[in-house]
Amino acid sequence: MALLQISEPGESTAPHQHRLAAGIDLGTTHSLIATVRSGVAETLPDAQGRHLLPSVVRYTAPNSAPDVGWEALAQATEDPHNTIASVKRLMGRGSDDVRALQARMPYEFNLSNIRMPTLRTAGGEFSAIEVSAEILKTLRVRAEQTLGGELTGVVITVPAYFDDAQRQATKDAAKLAGLKVFRLLNEPTAAAVAYGLDSGTEGVVAVYDLGGGTFDISLLRLNRGVFEVLATAGDTALGGDDMDHALADYLLQQAGINRSDMDAKDSRRLLRDARTYKERLSDASSVAVEVCIGARAVYQGELTRAQFEALIEPLLQRTLLPCRRVLRDADMAVEDIVQVVMVGGATRTPRVRSAVEQFFARPPLVDIDPDKVVAIGAAVQANTLAGNKSGDELLLLDVLPLSLGLETMGGLVEQIIPRNTTLPVTRGQEFTTFKDGQTAMALHVVQGERDLVADCRSLARFELRGIMPMVAGMARVLVTFQVDADGLLNVSAREQFSGVATDIVVKPSYGLKEGEIERMLRDSFEYAQVDVLQRRLREQQVETDREIAAVEAALAVDGDQLLSSQERAGIETALAALKQARTGDDPIAMQDAVKAMERAATDYVARRMNSNIRKAMAGHKIDEF
Amino acid sequence: MNDNDFALFGLPVAFTLDVAVLTTRYRELQRAVHPDRFVQAGEAERLLAVRQAARINDAYQHLKTPLARAQYLLTLHGHGLVVENSTLKDPEFLLEQMELREALSEADSAALTELQSQIDARVLALVKALELGFTVAQPDWPQLQVTVLKLQFMHKLRNEAELRAERLLGM
Repeated sequence: MALLQISEPGESTAPHQHRLAAGIDLGTTHSLIATVRSGVAETLPDAQGRHLLPSVVRYTAPNSAPDVGWEALAQATEDPHNTIASVKRLMGRGSDDVRALQARMPYEFNLSNIRMPTLRTAGGEFSAIEVSAEILKTLRVRAEQTLGGELTGVVITVPAYFDDAQRQATKDAAKLAGLKVFRLLNEPTAAAVAYGLDSGTEGVVAVYDLGGGTFDISLLRLNRGVFEVLATAGDTALGGDDMDHALADYLLQQAGINRSDMDAKDSRRLLRDARTYKERLSDASSVAVEVCIGARAVYQGELTRAQFEALIEPLLQRTLLPCRRVLRDADMAVEDIVQVVMVGGATRTPRVRSAVEQFFARPPLVDIDPDKVVAIGAAVQANTLAGNKSGDELLLLDVLPLSLGLETMGGLVEQIIPRNTTLPVTRGQEFTTFKDGQTAMALHVVQGERDLVADCRSLARFELRGIMPMVAGMARVLVTFQVDADGLLNVSAREQFSGVATDIVVKPSYGLKEGEIERMLRDSFEYAQVDVLQRRLREQQVETDREIAAVEAALAVDGDQLLSSQERAGIETALAALKQARTGDDPIAMQDAVKAMERAATDYVARRMNSNIRKAMAGHKIDEF
Repeated sequence: MNDNDFALFGLPVAFTLDVAVLTTRYRELQRAVHPDRFVQAGEAERLLAVRQAARINDAYQHLKTPLARAQYLLTLHGHGLVVENSTLKDPEFLLEQMELREALSEADSAALTELQSQIDARVLALVKALELGFTVAQPDWPQLQVTVLKLQFMHKLRNEAELRAERLLGM
């Protein structure tokens, strides 16, 4: 198939071929996958016609594929230790965080690795990343079987308030599931896209997203296809699950028993029942309730909607604090908001809707299924990024959700990039040596709004090495902090005096170190069944094809305008070498040829970028002053 | 062509500018360079797109609000050494600051609303002063630096007032 893509120089490869792409909502309680077919974004059902996939994974035995989704959920009460639910709450979390969450989760944790706690199951020990990857794999297979081909890439949504470690964990899970991530998109932005495209709204929209385990509130300005996030705030440990827990605690109290009197199975059942009561109370004004230990009902009673609403009131109040904060951060008043969009299953609860209506003084929009709206928005963006639609129509500008800072003397934080800065963003900061002959430096990057390092989340420690030995204070190391469109931090450093790039060793505080994901891939069960080399080759072929297509498409558009014939010949030579490498079966040779191609095209790429900027500004004369 | 942030957006170097025009041009530029447009491109092109988009975001931040714009203009003209804690030798202003701050710490919600509108009025007056100061043929740079410092103080005060308002609402 790949051979067909080789075309004569200057002749572009078929650009109008529809590329399969999907949007994935990787949720706390359930997940969905959606795609754009014949211009319509829709979620994809499984063979039984079910759109939602419960985010539940059950491991039964070593070296066998786990159950994912409904089958796993059905066993959750019977087999609580091996059935992992709400794994999203563990993403990007270290052992210290898990210790705090542990009491409410019926799992056995191995907390010996501070960076990466694991869950002990009948199938072996797994990290949150691996569990999430199983959910993603299931969705990928569903999409590929439905659409009849491989996905070229996906957009995966994350809570806007996810920090760097949580985002990185999500991306790692996708890699483990064999998915190429076009973009991590914030859930509220995705929801706004789903609504915005239908209604053609202009102005500032608030997105109130109360999911199973997380809460986000975002303000976006919509203007002719540009979705600009103005401010975002939230709570990564607050959601509909907390309503279930509050209700379960209340029932236990009524029954006069302690949680410790219950085993994991009873606990699981109580939670499941609490959720059912909550859902019934959306329509009914009261429900009959009971608490069981084993087969015996130890409490039976009645619960009114008013009682339930009183129980969840503190949780609702906790969501209004971030609402106030985004308004302040965006310098807006409630009257400036033209629409309020509701996302997440927990917004089905009538009291949630009325609380939001009271706060924003307008009824919220609920037309699109709040469970599906995020996946639908992600699918629209995935379709655009895959190149199936001209990119001119949709541009999503997200912001950094939490400030980035550096640890300074005395455990204080010096802010480098404030929260709500539009992404991508680059900030440089100069550092110097304080000892003669010093050749290394250490930086500790944290994320959060507090002044003390201890109150923020540690992201990573960076060790800069190979600084030329000089007199103290002489070396000037420019450290560049770059946050990309996914909200992920990248750090680079250069010694200004010698101009030498400094080696950086990254030690993430949570999550995987470099190379660990490759090891996980090799160790994984499915992987053992496929030839490792074969897979490596396939991935490199895709990458190579992408590069060839990109260069040919560029040359066809502006190769003649931006390149001299000599320069063009240089690029054509590298391109020919790349195509030659593509016909072979050596992934290393292909990778080298891609790198050579990129080196040959460096100037051309820069010129294209400048030409893009000029074109965008064409017609605007600099009004001479 | 884009050696300064005004030129990047095709705007003259001036304190007074049409924010609507700035915002429109900002969006046009982001459409041209945003990394989302280069998802299918090679690694080098993607990195370049991130850098360019970051540069445009930065420039937009420098020009978007009057305070940031004034600070940027001072830097551009070589008078940018406005450090937060550099001494401001205006006893009248300092006294007023102290009084406002004290009133703020004791204000109930009615008094707070009144204080907030006082602060807003002062912010507006300072911005007006900057507009005049930057427009004259021979700007008085030290004077402008002082005005910018005062505006910084006022912005800080305004933030504190908003925090106080939140606390009073019992949040």
